[in-house]
Amino acid sequence: MTTKKQNKRIAAAAALMVLAGCLAMTGCGGNKEDAPSGERDSIIIAGSTSVQALSEELAEAYMEKNQNATVEVQGGGSGQGIKSVEKGIADIGSLSREVKEEEKAAVSREFLAAKDGIAVIVNSKTGIKELSMKEIQQIYKGEVTNWKELGGMDKPITVVTREAGSGTRSSFTELAGITQKDDSGKELDGILKDALVQPSTGAVKETVSNTPYSIGYVSLNALDDKVAAVRVEGIEPSVETVLSGDYKIQRPFVYVAGTGLSSGAEDFIRFVMSSEGQKIVEESGFIPIKQK
Amino acid sequence: MRGKSLKVKETIIEKALFLCAAGSVTAVALITLFIFSSGYSVLRSYGPLNFIFGMDWSPVNGEYGILPLIAGTLEVTAGALILGVPAGIGCAVFLAEMAKERWAKLLKSAIELLAGIPSVVYGFFGLAIIVPAIRDWLLPAVQKIDPDVPASGFSVLAGAFVLGIMILPTIVSMSENAIRAVPLEFREASLALGADRRETITKVLVPAAKSGIFSSVILAMGRAVGETMAVLLITGNVPKVPTGPLDPAATLTGTIAMEMSYAGPEHQSALFAIGIVLFILIVILNSIALAVMKRFGGAV
Repeated sequence: MTTKKQNKRIAAAAALMVLAGCLAMTGCGGNKEDAPSGERDSIIIAGSTSVQALSEELAEAYMEKNQNATVEVQGGGSGQGIKSVEKGIADIGSLSREVKEEEKAAVSREFLAAKDGIAVIVNSKTGIKELSMKEIQQIYKGEVTNWKELGGMDKPITVVTREAGSGTRSSFTELAGITQKDDSGKELDGILKDALVQPSTGAVKETVSNTPYSIGYVSLNALDDKVAAVRVEGIEPSVETVLSGDYKIQRPFVYVAGTGLSSGAEDFIRFVMSSEGQKIVEESGFIPIKQK
Repeated sequence: MRGKSLKVKETIIEKALFLCAAGSVTAVALITLFIFSSGYSVLRSYGPLNFIFGMDWSPVNGEYGILPLIAGTLEVTAGALILGVPAGIGCAVFLAEMAKERWAKLLKSAIELLAGIPSVVYGFFGLAIIVPAIRDWLLPAVQKIDPDVPASGFSVLAGAFVLGIMILPTIVSMSENAIRAVPLEFREASLALGADRRETITKVLVPAAKSGIFSSVILAMGRAVGETMAVLLITGNVPKVPTGPLDPAATLTGTIAMEMSYAGPEHQSALFAIGIVLFILIVILNSIALAVMKRFGGAV
């Protein structure tokens, strides 16, 4: 399966080739080839849709290294990840939250593969250095529309968000609690309709750094000097505070095994935890567990 | 003998040309079929009327109302035409009738150069120049009258301005050709009747070239409706019906481009359904253009 990310990467590679005038065609063509037929280790990963993109990236790299292995990635949700390993439908379950107490029985082993953290960034003119979770919710739900209500200047807040379907957006709404329940009790994305929509992390950073009195959010590992991240509940967002658990807008990506782990699955987990796998974690926009 | 080989040759060429024509028609048919089959499922489950007249576009919540996007597209396009058409026709008249031949050539190639600039570059230009200009110069003045006006600068106006520039080459070169194609006798007759230069241009030349000018406007409108990248960067992409030129807006094409990469199956089908609406919108605009052109009579 060609993922969008892969397409993007191929496009980027193509652009580089044109620019540099080098002929690295093999780099693109190589991963399309099928593994030679023969004995194949088949691994099925099922669970959280948030982890799915990362799992696919990891699976792709893993299959490239191990031509005998096939890794299939399925969605379904974190709860489904537990159920799949419990019933033996999948070798590895994936969760974008901690394993709950009542689920522990079905799980023999847990592997914390990565963490996902989101930083809230503001334009320097706001003069805001710290926000509480409640305040972030109020801003993004449109209940607070002027910085003076939060002790800032008497200026309207320009809210910047990501497009519908973006993983960063769904993580952010879920982790910061910017959701509304509909009549049937389903959690819905509650970001106000007036928010400016920018289609990429770079565009959000650019917009927030240039638009006075604006606020936005980006993946934690996309932070740089261009924009200022606020402290949330008094905690500076950083890799350290996410790993320690102090910074609140974050979640773990966990792989779990049911009764046992096949040798193929074991090998895949080893790959995820290796420096090579953790590098893919970082490249995919998440926080690696093992720091260099 | 020679006649026969000529005939064979002609038949072969004819067949080859037919194949070319058939190929492009097939391509159009296949694309149409693909868009319609991909977008059909959401149109059916959500209801075509709910889809087109729904006010709420929030795909993550399963709401697929695209009226705000249609309104955004139409407003940005209308704005671009308001800014671009008078400037373009004025420029065409100047090039065809007033400028010295050497200067006209130079200016025309400069304007045609505009057509070669990639649209994403226009987008960056808008993002770096137009959006801040609106925010820093225009908005403070407007805020004195209406303090609630959106303060970011991402707006229908910014999109219209950049699109207005982007459609200039189409309008200028086609209109100029149309005006130049008006027979010299028309000018001579007009001047002989005692009309001055301004009267000759406004009462004789432009009306005589109206068909060509009108087709240039239609083509420009098609480009404005379909333009994606430039608009995506500068209109703010807010899926709400914009009530004024300073409101941000989302367009049909921008939404497709922005959301396609991460869309789930239903969402993706909804984006293809937007494609259907865009398709129909263009067909309607073109039919109106053809009808009006017929009334104007005669092509130049």
